[in-house]
Amino acid sequence: MNARDRDVGENALNASGAQGATRRMTMVQALRSAMDVMLERDPNVVVFGQDVGYFGGVFRVTEGLQAKYGTSRVFDAPISEGGIVGAAVGMGAYGLRPVVEIQFADYFYPASDQIVSEAARLRYRSAGDFTAPLTIRMPCGGGIYGGQTHSQSPEALFIHVSGLRTVMPSNPYDAKGLLIASIENDDPVIFLEPKRLYNGPFDGHHDKPVVPWSQHALGEVPEGYYTVPLESASVFRPGRALSVITYGTMVFVCEAAAREAGIDAEIIDLRSLWPLDLDTIVASVRKTGRCMVVHEATRTGGFGGELMALIQEHCFYHLEAPIERVTGWDTPYPHAQEWAYFPGPARVAQAMMRVVQAV
Amino acid sequence: MTDPAPLRLHVPEPTGRPGHPTDFSYLHLAPAGAVRRPPLDVAPADTADLSYALVRVLDDEGHATGPWAPQVDTEFLRRGLRAMMKTRIYDARMLMAQRQKKISFYMQCLGEEAIAVAQAMALQQGDMCFPTYRQQGLLLARDDVDMVEMICQLMSNERDPLKGRQLPVMYSMKRAGFFSISGNLATQFIQAVGWAMASAIRGDTRIASGWIGDGATAESDFHTALTFAHVYRAPVILNVVNNQWAISTFQTIAGGEATTFAARGVGCGLASLRVDGNDFLAVYAASCWAAERARSNLGPTLIEWITYRAGAHSTSDDPSRYRPADDWQRFPLGDPVARLKQHLIDLGAWSDAEHEAVHKELEAQVVAAQKQAEQYGLLSNGHIPSAASMFEDVYRDMPSHLRRQRDELLGNTP
Repeated sequence: MNARDRDVGENALNASGAQGATRRMTMVQALRSAMDVMLERDPNVVVFGQDVGYFGGVFRVTEGLQAKYGTSRVFDAPISEGGIVGAAVGMGAYGLRPVVEIQFADYFYPASDQIVSEAARLRYRSAGDFTAPLTIRMPCGGGIYGGQTHSQSPEALFIHVSGLRTVMPSNPYDAKGLLIASIENDDPVIFLEPKRLYNGPFDGHHDKPVVPWSQHALGEVPEGYYTVPLESASVFRPGRALSVITYGTMVFVCEAAAREAGIDAEIIDLRSLWPLDLDTIVASVRKTGRCMVVHEATRTGGFGGELMALIQEHCFYHLEAPIERVTGWDTPYPHAQEWAYFPGPARVAQAMMRVVQAV
Repeated sequence: MTDPAPLRLHVPEPTGRPGHPTDFSYLHLAPAGAVRRPPLDVAPADTADLSYALVRVLDDEGHATGPWAPQVDTEFLRRGLRAMMKTRIYDARMLMAQRQKKISFYMQCLGEEAIAVAQAMALQQGDMCFPTYRQQGLLLARDDVDMVEMICQLMSNERDPLKGRQLPVMYSMKRAGFFSISGNLATQFIQAVGWAMASAIRGDTRIASGWIGDGATAESDFHTALTFAHVYRAPVILNVVNNQWAISTFQTIAGGEATTFAARGVGCGLASLRVDGNDFLAVYAASCWAAERARSNLGPTLIEWITYRAGAHSTSDDPSRYRPADDWQRFPLGDPVARLKQHLIDLGAWSDAEHEAVHKELEAQVVAAQKQAEQYGLLSNGHIPSAASMFEDVYRDMPSHLRRQRDELLGNTP
């Protein structure tokens, strides 16, 4: 049975297919619930990282798991990202399914060799003799005044690497279903968690209070087991005026921008960044004939460029306007000037207007 | 007040270079039998002296002596000698095959055979080694590993179990306890610790053995492995093969000057030994000691094996450019094959005539395996795994973008 067969929610907006009791959860709680479910179901699942054991993680995502499953299943690791991922590769070779936390995505660089040269290529170089079925969780993105070492969105670096899967949820329902699917997946998965979405669907209006997940439909999460399949995008908001291809924090920013600009945008939440669900993108762009790509990460060499190339290759004769992209600027993520850097709803709305009005 | 002397950068140099012989006194040798054998539950800090000493069993006359001399019968030693001879003959034949362009690249372990072979004989079925590219002896010491399969890997042919994806010698053989060799140095050291942690997490009885060269101990993965092994008391043997040379850099460039690699272990809280790696009996005894500690939940052991890389780094290297040509002949710890042979002859369990006969028998086996492997093709004659197979195993299930690229390669683009 593959992950698709087990899916109970084809579309993140339609959680009604999920079985069992549901309850309102923040994204933090949903992620914790995913690990709880998998620790319970599979004795090969272990969870470790800096501060994740007794304390439960700096974002509290693993809170209570060590008390429930014991110190040999959920434990603290030394401050060594290379060691955490390297040990996880060895555990994967043994047959475990490690779920490790890199405290901030900005800290993954010391683990680059173990991710790029080892985890990503182990199946290939050994022709399937050994595999690395690990899940590497890392909070990403800005919006918390974290400055240049607590705000990065490095997804393009992972997408460039053959053999990795890169996933980024935008809401509690998807977060839990995607994390379970990632843990069960036999390939190494980079699981990026937009930290600005941990507690609510932040729409980019940093000067206004955020609606908590408890008041949002996507905060309604099944308590038990379910998956959201990998390589499956979600039509987050159907529309006819243009297609907005985005993911993570920018999903709600784009929704706000469309609402405020009065544009009937079709917003595609990619959920799995790579390998990705190209069919959903192509179907949407062929329908609307207009398209823009939005991400928080820096622009040059970013994932947006790859998305634009794919759309051009597959949809050129359906396009009625140039493809736009709205991204973070090509600078390090600044501390004090955070909101000038962040591609907020005003910038997104302006680009939407240009795409819709282009003739 | 006088002006201070100008500061000077110290760049270590080996004591020997082409044209002038090495002064091997830097090795700080101890006589065979002189070093104590501590109890298995020794406190790591109490191995500090052992990390600077040198555990040796075989003396210069081939006698086994001292507290580390293992209780083994002559049949065991004969098997060990055969496995070392087989490894050396295999290397020699494969080196020749590379020169004949039947193999694209090769790395021999000449002079280091005792380390992998004796440790393989100290480990148990199910234990997992995380080797470098110079531990082919781990495979060749086993009766259940087919040389034909190994040579098919070297030849990147249609029967290459790794489907032509890896440079020759980067074997992978899970069923023989041999982890896939990376080529990026040191990465396997922390992976060995992770595997051992997994075994402990699952309440298993199997242990791991990690391998690294003196040069790659400078990588962060080495230090990370020591830290994790100590923190989680991982059931792992951590082997540093100090063969004096990392391509052209002497072991002092990796940090071996006026200290030892074993001493790093003590500082990280690991029981640590420095052992004569050319002494089959010492390697077997120290490996058994470390394996028993690991299997008894007493934690990891770091062992530095003193040996000498008698051959070139690889077939792309020319050591005459950077070290004396006769260095190995003058290396004070000798040749591991000759030393065990001398010991067995001393015991009356071997002879020059038998040595000659076994050499011929093993050579015939290697030649026959090579001939059979060649029937399945060579990189140079195009009998290689299919081009389309390069898209397999990137992921467990091939994603659509790779299917499209494979079709593009095959000319099936719509």
